[in-house]
Amino acid sequence: MGSHAMLIHLVALVRRSLGEGGRRAALGLLMVLLGASRASAQFDFTGSWGPIGTEDVQNDSLPVDYLGLALTDEGRARALAYDESQKSMIDRQCQGWGAAYVVLGPFGLRVSTQTDPATNRVVSYTIDSWEDWNGLTIWMDGRPRPSQYALHTQEGFTTGRWENGALAAHTTHLKVGGFIRKTGVPLSDQATIDWRFYRHDDVVTVLMIATDPLYLVEPEIVSKSFRLSPRPLDYRTPCVPGYEGREPGDDVPHFAPDQNPFADEFIKFYSLPREAVLGYRETLYPEYRKKIRATYVPPPPCKEACGQAGNFVRRREN
Amino acid sequence: MKRAILLLAVLLVASGALEPWPASAQAPPSARDSAPIDLTGYWVSYVTENWRYRMVTPAKGEYRRIPASPAALPLINAWDPAADEKAGLQCRSFGAAAIMNVPGRLHITWQDANTLRIDTDAGTQTRRFQFAAANPAAPKREGAKAGAKAVPASWQGESSARWERASGTEGGSSLRVVTSNLRAGYLRKNGVPYSERATVTEHFDLAPLPDGGQLLLVNIVVDDPVYLNAPYVTSPHFKKEPDGSKWDPTPCSSTW
Repeated sequence: MGSHAMLIHLVALVRRSLGEGGRRAALGLLMVLLGASRASAQFDFTGSWGPIGTEDVQNDSLPVDYLGLALTDEGRARALAYDESQKSMIDRQCQGWGAAYVVLGPFGLRVSTQTDPATNRVVSYTIDSWEDWNGLTIWMDGRPRPSQYALHTQEGFTTGRWENGALAAHTTHLKVGGFIRKTGVPLSDQATIDWRFYRHDDVVTVLMIATDPLYLVEPEIVSKSFRLSPRPLDYRTPCVPGYEGREPGDDVPHFAPDQNPFADEFIKFYSLPREAVLGYRETLYPEYRKKIRATYVPPPPCKEACGQAGNFVRRREN
Repeated sequence: MKRAILLLAVLLVASGALEPWPASAQAPPSARDSAPIDLTGYWVSYVTENWRYRMVTPAKGEYRRIPASPAALPLINAWDPAADEKAGLQCRSFGAAAIMNVPGRLHITWQDANTLRIDTDAGTQTRRFQFAAANPAAPKREGAKAGAKAVPASWQGESSARWERASGTEGGSSLRVVTSNLRAGYLRKNGVPYSERATVTEHFDLAPLPDGGQLLLVNIVVDDPVYLNAPYVTSPHFKKEPDGSKWDPTPCSSTW
């Protein structure tokens, strides 16, 4: 039997054996297979993405604000010990914020691609640094993760892959002394971050899931959206350290955790429950809302700065 | 994988499964049958963002991070929850433009083969996402057409849905929903308004959690030519729960 005749025979056999139900099942299977084969579908991530800024991911940056976090007791104590004057020390002014700042900070994303000149495959994506952030490189070439004893940095080490239409990435090797919020909430060098970058229309949404066995009871999950910018964005301003009132050799500013003078500031400012401001786990779930309903006293009507948008810092009147 | 697909495609062509559907044939796969992701089940809000605007009622007059238009300001400052309650408008902050940001639980089910249903225990609301017939020849429709209202406006409006690939072509790993025909409501509990001309565009995506759980991320874009100067974008997320044991329906409230 020739190949043509064999194909005709095969067709007839398939028609007899499948029937209507079988054909529908086969079509469904094809859709599944096609879905699987396109699971690595990519979107164009390169370019400039402006911050939308309609979500509040770290509130006002007032000291002692841990709303929306689930901290361990140790994490809370370390956060309460933090004095933001540390950033005035000349050796810390240009230290920058850690990887998480990509969704916590006020800036947009400027993303570039590095390709292998021989194969034209993407080796990495780089989200460019800002003045106070060290940037993020996502390695896409399957390189192995360094030894756990390798250098830990503010940026960490990040690998990525395309997964079901999203860019999925994983960050390790974060440096001791990193933060999950500018108010001094720490991340340890055992922390890891899982990322998902989704694109819908001209909006990229970055999902960050930070896990830390030392300082977080549950993962810190933050999502932030960025809109494709018609103009290139560039935040790569060099950091220039200068005298800010701290002499070399001065002690590192800090508070005893139970004597932080700002402990009540945010609570009073917005009439908020203490356990929520101090980052207790139960405050992240709907049950807590029901629990405080009877006792919550709303703040007085807003009189100033009622509608400003974007990232800004409120300060006490001295 | 490519070989398997090629072989299967050859067999399907040969078998006639890919021939145009005759009028008398069964309908093509429904939205439920062709769902690339499973959104069904119970989900709980995990409030790590906008906490101060979601978990408690913000101060009257505050609308920070919402790009409210000048037309919205008198309404914001005139917010009167007691009057809303008296007028039977206590569900104003539970409408489609706000409900996914209200802390609570979702119960997502298939009402029928082409209607995905979301019930919320907060405010006891029901949303219905209507997929177009899976027939590719059927006209695509997003939201209710202006001037073509067949049903009165409601808190949850009319929602059209489709599965979407990240690349923008049909099918894929995300659910896109466009909602319109809304009753005017509040974006936040403290009376920041949206009008009946608002449209809500949402994308539902899934992500794995490090503990093996699942996260539902909802990206929401509210457009309103009356009370917003720019789109209002939020992205609340939900953790999957094993069952409905914590489901706790509560009625709408204008103050909480």
